[in-house]
Amino acid sequence: MDEVIRIENLSYAYPDGQPALSGIDLAVSRGESVALIGPNGAGKSTLLLHLNGILHTDGRVRVFGQPVGEENLKEVRRRIGLVFQNPDDQLFSATVFDDVAFGPINLGYSGEDVRRAVADALEMVGMSGYGTRSSHHLSLGEKKRSAIATILSMSPEVIVLDEPTSNLDPRGKWRLIQLLKKLPATRIIATHDLELVAELCGRVIVLDEPTSNLDPRGSGG
Amino acid sequence: MKHSFLDKYSDRDSLVHRLDPRTKLVAVFLFILAVALTSPAMWPGFAVYFVIIAALVLLSHVPVRYVLKRSLVIIPFVVLIAVFIPFFKEGEVAGSYNIWLWQVSVTHNGLQVFWNVLAKAWLSILALVTLTATTKITDLLRGLEQLRLPRVMVMILSFMYRYIFVLTDEVMRMKQARDSRNFGSGRRLWQIKTVGSMTGTLFIRSYERGERVYAAMLARGYDGQTRTPDGPGFRAADMVFGLGFGAAVVLTCIFSFLYQVI
Repeated sequence: MDEVIRIENLSYAYPDGQPALSGIDLAVSRGESVALIGPNGAGKSTLLLHLNGILHTDGRVRVFGQPVGEENLKEVRRRIGLVFQNPDDQLFSATVFDDVAFGPINLGYSGEDVRRAVADALEMVGMSGYGTRSSHHLSLGEKKRSAIATILSMSPEVIVLDEPTSNLDPRGKWRLIQLLKKLPATRIIATHDLELVAELCGRVIVLDEPTSNLDPRGSGG
Repeated sequence: MKHSFLDKYSDRDSLVHRLDPRTKLVAVFLFILAVALTSPAMWPGFAVYFVIIAALVLLSHVPVRYVLKRSLVIIPFVVLIAVFIPFFKEGEVAGSYNIWLWQVSVTHNGLQVFWNVLAKAWLSILALVTLTATTKITDLLRGLEQLRLPRVMVMILSFMYRYIFVLTDEVMRMKQARDSRNFGSGRRLWQIKTVGSMTGTLFIRSYERGERVYAAMLARGYDGQTRTPDGPGFRAADMVFGLGFGAAVVLTCIFSFLYQVI
């Protein structure tokens, strides 16, 4: 099977020494939709930060067959789009356009390509015409969709989302689920929202205290 | 929570609004420079500056009340700095007072400088208020960047604009949480301590947010270099305005200088 992510025996401790992840094994294939569930503090967000090399991985995380390292960071971050939990962290520019354009600009797209990528991404999340708005005047649902657009504008092959539906009202939540369903990419979603899991995900990984790991396929499946 | 826009009237349409942000930035800079360089004794010169800026305000369709109100914000600061000048400046004495053991005297020269500092500060702030009221903050930032202000500084300004409301919200929520637990009935010292630790908490939260924002930037391929797409260009109207405004301001400055010399 076409494997996009393989994690072998990954451990991580916070700077103060408290263990966050220990001995994680995980494999994700192309086109899969994987849910990552578990209690607060189980290390879901920390695990996600390893997927695109924001936290160092010592070669224990392989993406598209390559170990994540300094030399392929840019490539990895283009192909694996990470949407953070709080859109106020993800949307840091003065306008929605600037935020959605940030990734493509960093990838060195030309002016015309940047504009097209932004327009396409905003269209995909149903936010066309919001480009000139400031993010702090958007509703939470709009912010969340803009945050997803900031990743889509780089056309990633894997989309990683950290609690995409947290704090949304039911209507906003279902709208977001429909949106995620349409996205043409492999999905990894950390969440507490089991309705979302039932609707979107074909496989569920449970992450509990830092000692346990329950993906049977991770070690040689 | 909802906040008022910093650039409340910037989405209106007028001659001034349609100017390129670069033109406006350079014009305001020139204006402030000219005002600052004009000699205190030259009242007609200041009158001309005022007429110029008043004309721009009227042209821009921004409510005059709004501009006046915003411009008054600076006055307390200026007064605080300038209030001692009349007492220390040497020259012909205008009035002398005995305050307890001291004898203080006010000089004509000093008073003139005092009024002049006020007038210059007010004219400058009028120009700045007009600038920010007629230009979207994002356009202003882009203008600064096109004028070759270091990109890092533009980014800092843009982060400030983006997060000032997020921080205000955070402070408001903290205050609500504090007041919900009957803050204000305890001892004074304890209250001060609470405010102190709230400030500390806010700092730490902002710091941690900074880390998360940086992670979000990294996740989208940020490598320490900043790039921007190109914006719209200069138009003929900018040229005309720039030359006209520049000429008016510079000539006023030069004439007041010459008049004084002769």
